[in-house]
Amino acid sequence: MTAPLLEVNELVTTFPAETGRAAVVDGLSLSIAAGEVLALVGESGCGKSVTALSILRLVPKPGRIESGRIRVAGRDVRALPITEMRAVRGALAAMIFQEPMTSLNPVQTVGAQVVEAIRLHERVSADVARRRCVDLFERVGIPDADARFESFPHQLSGGLKQRVMIAMALSMQPKLLIADEPTTALDVTIQAQILELLREIRDRFGMAILLISHNLGVVNELADRVAVMYAGRVAEEGTRTELLAHPRHPYTQRLLASIPSRTRRGEPLAEIPGVVPSPGEWPVGCRFTTRCHRAFEPCAEIVPDATAISDTHRAWCHAVAREESS
Amino acid sequence: MEGYVVSNAVVGALVAGAAYTVRAVRRSRQWSQAFRELGRRRPIALCAIAFYVALGLADSVAWIDASATGIAAYEPSSLVDRLFPAEFQERSYSAPFAFEEFYGGAGLRHPGQHWLGTDIRGRDVLHMALKGARVALLLGGLTSLIVIPLALFFGMSAGYFGGRIDEAVFFAISLLSSIPTLLLLIALIVALGRGPVQVCFAMGVTSWVGFSRVIRGETLKLRELDYVAAARALGASDARILLRHILPNVMHLVVITFVLLFSGMVLTEAVLAFLGIGLDGSWGQMIDQARDELARDPIVYWNILAAFAALFFLILSVNRVGDAIRDILDPRTVRENV
Repeated sequence: MTAPLLEVNELVTTFPAETGRAAVVDGLSLSIAAGEVLALVGESGCGKSVTALSILRLVPKPGRIESGRIRVAGRDVRALPITEMRAVRGALAAMIFQEPMTSLNPVQTVGAQVVEAIRLHERVSADVARRRCVDLFERVGIPDADARFESFPHQLSGGLKQRVMIAMALSMQPKLLIADEPTTALDVTIQAQILELLREIRDRFGMAILLISHNLGVVNELADRVAVMYAGRVAEEGTRTELLAHPRHPYTQRLLASIPSRTRRGEPLAEIPGVVPSPGEWPVGCRFTTRCHRAFEPCAEIVPDATAISDTHRAWCHAVAREESS
Repeated sequence: MEGYVVSNAVVGALVAGAAYTVRAVRRSRQWSQAFRELGRRRPIALCAIAFYVALGLADSVAWIDASATGIAAYEPSSLVDRLFPAEFQERSYSAPFAFEEFYGGAGLRHPGQHWLGTDIRGRDVLHMALKGARVALLLGGLTSLIVIPLALFFGMSAGYFGGRIDEAVFFAISLLSSIPTLLLLIALIVALGRGPVQVCFAMGVTSWVGFSRVIRGETLKLRELDYVAAARALGASDARILLRHILPNVMHLVVITFVLLFSGMVLTEAVLAFLGIGLDGSWGQMIDQARDELARDPIVYWNILAAFAALFFLILSVNRVGDAIRDILDPRTVRENV
C-alpha cells in the first residue's frame, strides 16, 4: 500500500486556559488516501476546525501545535520552513471555509482574488491568469463567468461566493481539499448543488477531500470514510456504511439516533444528555464517560485503546472492546 | 540650490504626476466612473479646490527677470506676483475699492484698484490672500504625506503582528500622547527651525498618534476576518496580506483622515501663527496680524475677512469632497448610486 496523502499522528494542539494550556485536539490520528473523501464529524467545539487548521499550520495564536506528526504528500508539515509551508498551502492542500459571506475580500473583485491565488504560486501573466480564472469559474458552475470576473463579492449570492471560494481553492489543483463546513451557511437547495460540485471535483481531479461537518446528511452524500470526533479525539472511524449503518461507539449510536426521522414520527427527539465538557475539564479516561449510558468501571480511569471491528472499522470504547472479546 | 528652482522643479513633478494619474484614471473604467460621480455630486467644491490648487501651483512657479534691477534682481517673483507688480502698493490702510487712505484721507496711488483694500504697510490684501493658498496647500499636503505613511506603518504592524511589536508601538504612542501637543510642536519647531518643511515635519510627527490608533484597531478587527485566513490558507505571506487585504480595507479611513488632517493642519497652523511660529505668508499669519486691527476705531475688517474667507472655503471644499470620495470609493455603496 502506498503512503497516504495525508497522515496525522497523535496530534496535540493546545490553547491557553485559566490553568495552563488546554488541549483542544488531544492525540488525534487520521489518514486520507489520494482521491478519498474522509468526513470528520462531531459536535461544535470538539476540535474539528482546529484539526483542519493544524494540518495547514494555521492555528491562530495563542494556540499552538504541541506534538504529533502531520505529513501532507510525504512532507512533514511541522518541520517545513515558513516559505515552503506557504508553497504547500494552496498548491498541495487548499482550504474552503464555512462562511462564504466573509471569506472574500470586500474591496476587490472576485476575479482579482482568484488571479492573486494563481499568481501566488505560479509566475504567469495577468492575461493567462485571467483566462484560467474564467475557466475555473465555468468549471465550478458560475454562470456568465466572464462578466462575473469583474463582480465584487457583495454582488454575488452566498452560493456563488462559495463557488468562487471553491474555484480559488482549485486554482492550483491541490491534491487535498480541506472543506470546513462548506455548506453550513447555505440554504438547502444550494447545499445540494455545492455537494454535487464537490463530488464532481473529486471524480474529475481525483482530489482527496477532508470534509468537516456536523451534518450527517452531508456526510452521507459525499464521504467514503467517516471519523467521529469527540472532545479532541477520534471516537470511531470506518467506511460510510459501517459507521452510519452499524455504529458501535455509544456516542456515534446516540448521535445517529438524535437525527429526526420519519419512522419515529410523533416521538420526542432523542438527545444526548449533558453537554460536551470544555477542554481542560475532560475526564481522565474515555472522554465520553460523563454522558455515556453504557459507562462502567474502567471508563472514567483508563483511556480506551482502538478495538478493530473490521479492517476499516475501529472504535475507541471499553464497552465495544468487551463485546468483541466475548 | 536656490529655493525657487527647487519649487519650480516640484511643480514640474507634480504636474507630470497629475498628467500620469489622469491618464491612468482614464484607462480604468472603475476610476473614471468614480471621478465622474465625484464631479456630479460635488461640482462646486471640486471647482473651488481646482482653483486653490491652480493658484498654489501658479504661485510656486517663480523666476528672476534678466532685466530686473535692485531688490527684484534677487527676489524671484511668481506668476501670481506678476499680476501684482511691486509698485502696486500704498503707504498704509485703505478699504476695498477706496480712493483715499483709511486714516487721514490722503489720495491713493492706485485709487479704486485694491479690490480687498491694503494692509498697514500698504500691501494689497487680495495679493496676500491669494499667496496664502500655496502655504496652506503645502502645509496640509506635506503634513498628511508625513502622517499617513507613519500612522499606517505603525498602526498596521502593531495591529497585525501584536505581541512585542504592538507593545513597542503602543509605548511610543502613549509617550507621545502624554506630552501636550502644542508644547511638543513648539519645541520641535524651535529645535528644527521655522522653514515650511521643518514645520510640516514637526506637525506630522506630533499628529500621527491618533490616526495610528484607529488603524491599529481596524487592523486588529480585519486580521481575524475569514478572508485573511483564506488568503493565508492559499499561501499568502504576511507582507502580501498586509498590502493586498488589510491596506485596501483601511483606505476609506485614510481618505477621511487625509481630509480631516488637511483641514486640521491648516487650522493648527493658524494657531501657531497666533503664537508667532507659523509659516510666513500664511492665512494664519494674516489673521494674527489683523488681531489689533479689530480693536481699531473705525474697525479694519477686510484683512481678517479675506484670510478667513480664503481659509473657510478651502476647508469647506476639502471636507465636502472628502466626504463624497469616501462614499464613492466604498464598493458597498457605489451600486446604489450608479
